[in-house]
Amino acid sequence: MAPVFERAVVVGAGLAALRGAEAMREAGFAGPLTIVGAEPCRPYDRPPLSKHVLAGTVPAEATTLPSALGPDVDWRLGSPAVSLDRVGRTVRLADGRTLPYDRLLIATGTRARPWPNPHEGRLAGVFTLRGRDDAAALRRALAARPKRVLVIGGGFIGCEVASLCRQLGLPVTLVEPGPTPLARVLGRTVGAFIGAIHAGHGVEMRCGAEVEWLEDADGRLVRAHLVDGTRIDADVAVVALGAVRNTEWLDGSGLSSDPGGIDCDGAGYVLDADGRPDRHIAAAGDVARFPHPLYDDRRVVLEHWSQAVAQGIHAGRLLVGATPERPYGELPTFWSTQGKLVVKSAGLTEGADAVAITQGDPAAGRFVALYGREGRCIAAVAVDSARWLPAHADLVAARAPFPPGGTATDRPKGVAVFEPGFA
Amino acid sequence: MSDATLLGQVKDFANRANPYPVYARLRQNPVSCQDDGTPEGTWVAATHGTIASLLQDPRVSSETLPPADRPRTGNPLTDLIVKPLKDWMMDRHRVFIFRDPPDHDALRSAVMHQFSRERVQAMRARSDRLVADLLDEKCGAREIDAVDDLAYPLPVTVICELFGVPREDEPKFHGWATQLATALEPDSLSDPEIRAANSRTFDAIGGYMADLIKDKRRHPQDDMLSGLANHATPAGVKMGDYDLIATAILMLVAGHETTVNLITNGLLTLLRHPAELERLRRDPLRAPRLIEELLRYEPPVQFRTRRTLSAIDIAGVTIPEGADLVLLLASGNRDETVFPDPDRFDPDRSGIRHLGFGGGLHYCVGAPLARFEAEAALTALAARLKAPRLIEDPPPYRSGAALRGPKHLRIAIDGIA
Repeated sequence: MAPVFERAVVVGAGLAALRGAEAMREAGFAGPLTIVGAEPCRPYDRPPLSKHVLAGTVPAEATTLPSALGPDVDWRLGSPAVSLDRVGRTVRLADGRTLPYDRLLIATGTRARPWPNPHEGRLAGVFTLRGRDDAAALRRALAARPKRVLVIGGGFIGCEVASLCRQLGLPVTLVEPGPTPLARVLGRTVGAFIGAIHAGHGVEMRCGAEVEWLEDADGRLVRAHLVDGTRIDADVAVVALGAVRNTEWLDGSGLSSDPGGIDCDGAGYVLDADGRPDRHIAAAGDVARFPHPLYDDRRVVLEHWSQAVAQGIHAGRLLVGATPERPYGELPTFWSTQGKLVVKSAGLTEGADAVAITQGDPAAGRFVALYGREGRCIAAVAVDSARWLPAHADLVAARAPFPPGGTATDRPKGVAVFEPGFA
Repeated sequence: MSDATLLGQVKDFANRANPYPVYARLRQNPVSCQDDGTPEGTWVAATHGTIASLLQDPRVSSETLPPADRPRTGNPLTDLIVKPLKDWMMDRHRVFIFRDPPDHDALRSAVMHQFSRERVQAMRARSDRLVADLLDEKCGAREIDAVDDLAYPLPVTVICELFGVPREDEPKFHGWATQLATALEPDSLSDPEIRAANSRTFDAIGGYMADLIKDKRRHPQDDMLSGLANHATPAGVKMGDYDLIATAILMLVAGHETTVNLITNGLLTLLRHPAELERLRRDPLRAPRLIEELLRYEPPVQFRTRRTLSAIDIAGVTIPEGADLVLLLASGNRDETVFPDPDRFDPDRSGIRHLGFGGGLHYCVGAPLARFEAEAALTALAARLKAPRLIEDPPPYRSGAALRGPKHLRIAIDGIA
């Protein structure tokens, strides 16, 4: 079908933006296509940044994503979008220029949540990890063999960095205010299993502890002071406190957006403050908050690689009229490589009231945890057991009864059901 | 209602040369219960999707062999003490294609650790040399048997050298391997005579291996058996003697009974598609692509057996707990919903997701060996055989329905270049 509009603009130049732009072209849109990126480089892949790039096996510049886009794309890189005028249908950039659009894809993603004290956050030796430059800088610091690395925050990025440091043979301390690492996403029960594996590899775990302030000498980090008075000497600190969504530029646009994301309808169009879809604009990736059909239309934001790909493609096709306006709802999946440990998941654990180890043995460092809510399977997490995830993902997608009956290979005798340990 | 005699037709030797029409009929029901002479029947998965899913399903077990049970001898000492003890040991130390995690994983990882990159690459170069030598031996001939002259001796030599089995002992293995390979045929699970013969053969080859392993401990060489016998993996896995014997037997038998079919089926297919043979002759770099299509089109292992540990709902049917399963890999490879025009041999098709090496945790350990051996053999045959013609089409087949391939492949030639 021939698209009935002229100009498409993609704001954001990450994975979701790239896949969305490619999907527009593939669906037959041949008009002017502009991609706006805050960073000065073409879209790159983030998962390797906290793994291969930090390990030094892949240079940060080598993460550029392969692309099916041709030369007929106007790249506006290095100047972020600062405001949106939905009446005039224009996007204004930081360099003062204005881009008109007929169709707009918003995929502005997230940035690392900074250390709350800006002065301490700027000290030499204090890092965050989100972009390619962050990874290159942190790699240089790790390659200089610091005496100890302090990781602040026990989420996925924190666990990846800490375990990677152990692979590099560096002493590392991980400070996490919660009772276990990964407790917010996986719950305390599974978080404790994974924490024990990392501790076994030599990560010094300080759970239930909080960094109060960072001490420097001549502008260089020398130690961290915990709230309980403990001091940790460290010359590198990685602040891994999660991400902040890049939605500020939409303030005043009349869209329903806040620091938690941009609201979308089930089709993928963004909603205005009155809850009406704007059919000229779609959102995808880390900023899109949408009702998930597999989870009773609960509105979710998913910061997953596979989500960026699938939703980017969906939104790109939607905007050029190539997809029927049916709800978007892939089963959420993600993975995290933590040293040699590979954690993969399917589904969403939020709201789980029970968790069962259905295969393997946490003490042996490999297991599958199946999460249940009100007697149905809602998520599965495979720790060094990725091969079993597809079968468990089927249970989640089918909302199969929880806990699963019957026996299976490598299943503990009498599957025990635990309290998942969400706050 | 589906036809429940189709599995019987798959096993029927009359269909050995071309089982594919029977598979096509089986695919009309993705999963069906087939007659096997028991009240429960055998469940057959015939489509790509159902096979791939069951290969990944933790409710599907590979522990399909019934408990070992040697025939009684009449000697009370043997029957009451030695036999139960041997049966017990055999049950606890199955070869790992018949075992589930976690035991399977430790054994497999130990073997994978021995399949080092250096070792595989050295053997790749070596197999080119072996092929050249085998063909040189036939250089004045006007007729060759592709099985006896190349397809059998090549993989056998490769696996013997990798494992450090003296080449002069190989003739002993020929009969042992043929007998033990019947364990992959469904009837071996129930036929007491086959099982008794397998037990005796296992004892014989096991005795040989025990001696060889002792020798590898006293005089370690740079081979896989020495590595397995003397060193733990980085994860700390070191096999006990019974597992080591079983694993060595598995590798030796697999080396004898599978790649031979890939090479022979490959040459047969090329002779039936002369344009492809000619293209390979002109461009040996087509070999990898061609071999992937062969693994789809004529896989050496046509199917594998499994057992369900729980009831499984799949493709609109419920396979009950404890059911015997046949995963018809070669049928999944001809699934028209995945491979357009599936009965056409087309090395240029894109994205060949074949099931020729199985899938899931039992995915063929020797896949890299099979690939480079077939590549070495087929490129050399294409380059050196002058005007090859099939003498018999179809050729005579070996008895196996699971491990399927020609017994002989006689080819008339004008010479060997």
